[in-house]
Amino acid sequence: MEISVSVNGATATHDVDPRLLLVFYLRDVLGLTGTKVGCDTTSCGACTVLLDGESVKSCTVLAVQADGGAITTIEGLAIDGRLHPVQQAFHDQHGLQCGYCTAGMVMAAVSLIDQERDLTEATVREGLEGNLCRCTGYHNIVRAVLAVLGGSRRPCRGDTPRPPGAGR
Amino acid sequence: MIPAAFDYLRAGSADEALSLLAEHGDDAKLLAGGHSLLPLMKLRLASPAVLIDVGRLTDLSYIRDGGDHVAIGALTRHRDLERSALLGSEVPILAHVAGLVGDPQVRHRGTIGGSLAHADPASDLPAVVLALGGTLVARGPGGEREIPARQFFCGFLESALHADEMLTEIRVPKMSGGGWSYQKFNRRAIDWAIVGVAAVHDRALGTGIALVNMGPTPLRATAVEEALAAGAPAAEAASAADDATEPPSDLNAGPEYRRHLARVLVRRALDEAGVSVAAG
Repeated sequence: MEISVSVNGATATHDVDPRLLLVFYLRDVLGLTGTKVGCDTTSCGACTVLLDGESVKSCTVLAVQADGGAITTIEGLAIDGRLHPVQQAFHDQHGLQCGYCTAGMVMAAVSLIDQERDLTEATVREGLEGNLCRCTGYHNIVRAVLAVLGGSRRPCRGDTPRPPGAGR
Repeated sequence: MIPAAFDYLRAGSADEALSLLAEHGDDAKLLAGGHSLLPLMKLRLASPAVLIDVGRLTDLSYIRDGGDHVAIGALTRHRDLERSALLGSEVPILAHVAGLVGDPQVRHRGTIGGSLAHADPASDLPAVVLALGGTLVARGPGGEREIPARQFFCGFLESALHADEMLTEIRVPKMSGGGWSYQKFNRRAIDWAIVGVAAVHDRALGTGIALVNMGPTPLRATAVEEALAAGAPAAEAASAADDATEPPSDLNAGPEYRRHLARVLVRRALDEAGVSVAAG
């Protein structure tokens, strides 16, 4: 079946097998391998991307279900080489260890910050409950999300505030 | 994991979905958010020959004031239930529990109709609709029929829907400000409940208690409700929580542990719902 989707702002049109999962469409057809396959069972969140602005687990969405939609992957966050505020905060706060969960974690955080304006440490932890870090590096991940909020309550794309405590 | 091959058909309207169902019968499954069905298909525990995608029927995504009840379109996502001001004020237990389903990503895709039609005894929303005494509206070739929640869950992953019917609306009665509680006991945040309890205690609705994952279907804790109606104190009534249940055994827990959990969680739910005090 032919589908047409907007991926990171560019239109992609392909004839796909209906059983093709969105994550494999992104990785294998479009070559966007920043999105990872982790558990492949809707648990770990490594495959999280934005579909029409909201976080989804792309291992549990068929590519045909995304037809006509707008997808943002980790590759679509930075603009002209400038990191998105959430990416910058993960960098500054060292919000990663092995890095495998990071793309999904960042995408979940972008969606969370977009939806909730008054986040606290507790609600950030709850809001990221769909993403597992096998290294258990949650403290710095939560710190990174809170740092984004400290720098700018509603970050704009391309805006890269220096969060408090950055550059340690 | 890749699902077995299937034919994908996209319905442009509920009527079209029904005519596709009539054409393909038992070979077909309806696809809404896909967050119950696709995992089963990836594990090859389900392999429908035809998927009829109803996920784009936005006219079945709504939360409306129906007078004495709130009417919810079957394709309303958990995320929308969770944020609904109408549900928050009139049926707060449903808005609260919708926010406990899976995780944010799941709630962005999963729908109330999909969850109920899937009829998983471990799911949260079926027990809530059962405790509230909700009504499910099914549309088929002969028109619409209303199915009380108590008659909807027939067996493990089996509902009262006929193969040519589609769940279109869920009606939940408005509460009159009474108490409620949802006790979800799980090991990790995103897991299904090992055991869960939904309780409402309300002047308009009476006292309804439903159990999650204590048998092949979500169950009303009838023995507890009868004990309370006969005047038993809440703590004593809660000790009947596992009467007439058939709790499953799995990686998380055996039947005896689940029976224990049911008694403890019902007691906590009754306490939180204020059952020891007068209704309403």
